[in-house]
Amino acid sequence: MKIGTPKEVYQGEARVAMTPDSARQLQKLGYECAIEAGAGAAAGFTDEAYAEAGVEVIKTAAALWKACDVVAKVRQPNETEMKRLRAGQTLISFFNPAANEAGMEAAKKSGANVIAMEMVPRISRAQKMDALSSMANIAGYRAVIEAGNNFGRFFTGQVTAAGKVPPAKVLVVGAGVAGLAAIGAAASLGAVVYAFDVRPEVAEQVESMGAQFVYLDFAEEQQDGAATGGYAAPSSPEFREAQLAKFREMAPDIDIVITTALIPNREAPELWTEDMVAAMKRGSVIVDLAAEKGGNCKLTVADEKIVTENGVTIIGYTDFPSRMAAQASTLYATNIRHMMADLTPEKDGNLVHNMEDDVIRGATVTFDKEITWPPPPPKVQAIAAKKQEKPKELTAEEKKAQEAAAFKAQTKFQVGLLAVGTALLLLVGSVAPESFMSHFIVFALACFVGFQVIWGVSHSLHTPLMAVTNAISGIIVLGALLQVGSGSFLVVALAGISVLIATINIVGGFLVTRRMLAMFQKS
Amino acid sequence: MSIGIVSAAYIAAAILFILSLGGLSGQESAKRAVWYGIVGMALAVAATVFGPGMGNYLVVVVMIAIGAFIGNMVAGKVEMTEMPQLVAALHSFVGLAAVFIGFNADIEMSRVAELKAGLSPSLNAEGMMAALHDMGVAGFAEKVAHKTQVELNILKVEVFLGVFIGAVTFTGSVIAFGKLAGKVTSKAEKLPGGHALNAGAALLSVVLLIMYMNGAGSWTLYVMTLLAFFIGYHLIMGIGGADMPVVVSMLNSYSGWAAAAIGFSLGNDLLIVTGALVGSSGAILSYIMCKAMNRSFISVILGGFGNTTGPAMEVEGEQVAIDSDGVAAALDEADSVIIVPGYGMAVAQAQGSVSELTRRLRGKGKEVRFAIHPVAGRLPGHMNVLLAEAKVPYDIVMEMDEINEDFPQTDVVIVIGSNDIVNPAAQEDPNSPIAGMPVLEVWKAKQVFVSKRGQGTGYSGIENPLFYKENTRMFYGDAKKSLDELLTKIT
Repeated sequence: MKIGTPKEVYQGEARVAMTPDSARQLQKLGYECAIEAGAGAAAGFTDEAYAEAGVEVIKTAAALWKACDVVAKVRQPNETEMKRLRAGQTLISFFNPAANEAGMEAAKKSGANVIAMEMVPRISRAQKMDALSSMANIAGYRAVIEAGNNFGRFFTGQVTAAGKVPPAKVLVVGAGVAGLAAIGAAASLGAVVYAFDVRPEVAEQVESMGAQFVYLDFAEEQQDGAATGGYAAPSSPEFREAQLAKFREMAPDIDIVITTALIPNREAPELWTEDMVAAMKRGSVIVDLAAEKGGNCKLTVADEKIVTENGVTIIGYTDFPSRMAAQASTLYATNIRHMMADLTPEKDGNLVHNMEDDVIRGATVTFDKEITWPPPPPKVQAIAAKKQEKPKELTAEEKKAQEAAAFKAQTKFQVGLLAVGTALLLLVGSVAPESFMSHFIVFALACFVGFQVIWGVSHSLHTPLMAVTNAISGIIVLGALLQVGSGSFLVVALAGISVLIATINIVGGFLVTRRMLAMFQKS
Repeated sequence: MSIGIVSAAYIAAAILFILSLGGLSGQESAKRAVWYGIVGMALAVAATVFGPGMGNYLVVVVMIAIGAFIGNMVAGKVEMTEMPQLVAALHSFVGLAAVFIGFNADIEMSRVAELKAGLSPSLNAEGMMAALHDMGVAGFAEKVAHKTQVELNILKVEVFLGVFIGAVTFTGSVIAFGKLAGKVTSKAEKLPGGHALNAGAALLSVVLLIMYMNGAGSWTLYVMTLLAFFIGYHLIMGIGGADMPVVVSMLNSYSGWAAAAIGFSLGNDLLIVTGALVGSSGAILSYIMCKAMNRSFISVILGGFGNTTGPAMEVEGEQVAIDSDGVAAALDEADSVIIVPGYGMAVAQAQGSVSELTRRLRGKGKEVRFAIHPVAGRLPGHMNVLLAEAKVPYDIVMEMDEINEDFPQTDVVIVIGSNDIVNPAAQEDPNSPIAGMPVLEVWKAKQVFVSKRGQGTGYSGIENPLFYKENTRMFYGDAKKSLDELLTKIT
């Protein structure tokens, strides 16, 4: 089958869904590849490079759409492109199904199968094709770069001959993929980074990236993000108030704010209010990664950079990934390639659209003249769902009760054992002669001592323990020695052999133990 | 030397043995503890040799000299990877000695009975003893002559039991030795009839015991010995290679009980005490090993894994291979590394390379630690000894319980030749045959490298989902070769 990528028609879009590298990998899966002339130019991939990788370069978009069984692209297709879809063709692209009723209807009518890259479920197996994450990663990095570009000072604190420079203070709101990437980039530039997220369980990730997590003084039971498939859920009004109060308190000190808070299928929540902007220092920068969905700051203008009256720059670009087209194209093309690999289980260039597969089912929005969006929840539970099984904290009384119960059970068990043991001893004692009983007492006590002593042996010394016990079980030599003085030749012979092998045991066992123990060294 | 001094020496020896075992609670005190054991043993042997009722000193001296020579040679020559075999071989000696001593006791019993029967019935007890003494009945035989009928019956049971345990220990240890040394197939093999054969043989032994007690003659003892030999052989043949830690500790325990049983028949308290110490030590080791596999002792001994209750969870994903450059790069970036060694490391003799890797990584200021699962290897504590031999300091070698919490904060885990002990199925898949077995949670680390020969499954024959995880990379090849190649890339 043939897979092709047209040139992106969206104004200013520089990315491309196929790179020469990804084409080589796709050919390994058995596909022929095609690309529209000039499609990779804006991302820095020339037609010659594609041709060299064995990709057929097709002059016009129309011809390409016609020639290919699978079309992979980046942006949501426009009406012209939707019209070019035909029955049995597969389209892989960002599709925005939540707000693209018309597109889905068109696809349904045409009979094409559409896979929406933003619908790839967030499960670990599907991470390799999670284009939202790879794009968000770029957006987070780029947000810091754009902020730095518009920020008149160093990120890192320095003490120079010309004076002391304080480090820039960066606040990242929303610690998703983009937020974490922004934290990493800002921290490695040397800024002091604070981060906030409504999901307290991400605090650990935030701290691992080098930022301080901003905790709220708020006692509400917060929903674990894992329950909503790894995304944040809307928060209660009280929680929001507490959060805004905290931001208000921080605003005058912060030099750069990067907001990344998005809730799936909703308007972006307002987190950075106008009075916070007013409280910020002149020269501060706000980068609003949620601009496309209305912005986390109401002053944000999508796709533009504005400067407020008090000198705060607000960046509302929505095309951060496209601004790093070469990197973004490489990652996106790899996501597409992994998606194709999942769609081609036999690696024979034949696409198998397996609707039983969680990942493929989740991402498919139209299939076989049916709209299949929204998908059913994935069978495999989302990433961190297990966490909720944590045993709840026991109160002091419960603990005490538990300990008491355990103590009781133990006492019962021990008393039971003692009773059974005593009964058995009495039984033996009632029939056995006195000479036997005296030995038996010794035996029972020795077993008891043995159990007590052996529990204390360190695990790492179990092999030496075996060697030592081996050596001392050679004590059986005493039995042989006691018999060797007998008058019977046979007895002397057998006893002699026993002495011999028991001695091997004793000497061998002790010496090898000594050898082993000498090896154990402290660092 | 009077009987009083001998007893005193025995008490001292028993205490020294207890101290010797107790001293193994720490690496440093252990070095002293061995000396306690050696002194105790020397005391016991000396007291017995110079005690009452001894004879044939020439035989004793020659045998002890030869035995000491052989023991010394074996102990000096053995490779640390061969420790399991050596331990098994030594167990078999104790078993065999117990069988011989039991036979001797039986021979002496019949001899004394014969002599007694030949004496004139008019003699009173003292006169009879004097007469026997004149006929050369000394030492153990003299003791036997003193016994009443009830005591003789008990003695018979003790002898029978001692020989039985000894015989099982003997053939069991020989087979275990063969399996560990690779001379016998390490697969679990059973004769047709399975455990019914063992049960039948054991039942027959009980019948023989009853006949023996009723005076059927010594042949019952010998037939029983053959049956016990068979039980030992068949029992251990039916147990697979990776269950050897349990088997070896079980045989360790048996050799102790055999010594104790012989102690009873000879009326020697030191033998009883020491046998009981060794027996309980082996029993506890077996218990620890079984617990580490989440299996009951019975199920290990009866061999094989239990039935699964449903289909195993499907494993998703693919095994991704990596070369030494990739591993070297990851190690270069890592701050904390945990190495999980298994039997595969011992087979490939890779402990030296592992130690060198550890030294270099530690030289770069990285935190390197080892995680040891209780049943890693073929002997309890086997890995610890191998690492110690390769000069890995013991304070960075951790037990499972000590280190399992630390995996999530670890950058890189290197799994060398272990499989089932790092299998996440034990926790994730309730249908897995190893479900509930405590395992090292290596998959929680940021990255896991698995050094492994090929794509096969472990001893239990179950797929290991670890190999398919996103953060796992397979580093295929012989462990030693792979590590040596890796070492060339890490300076």
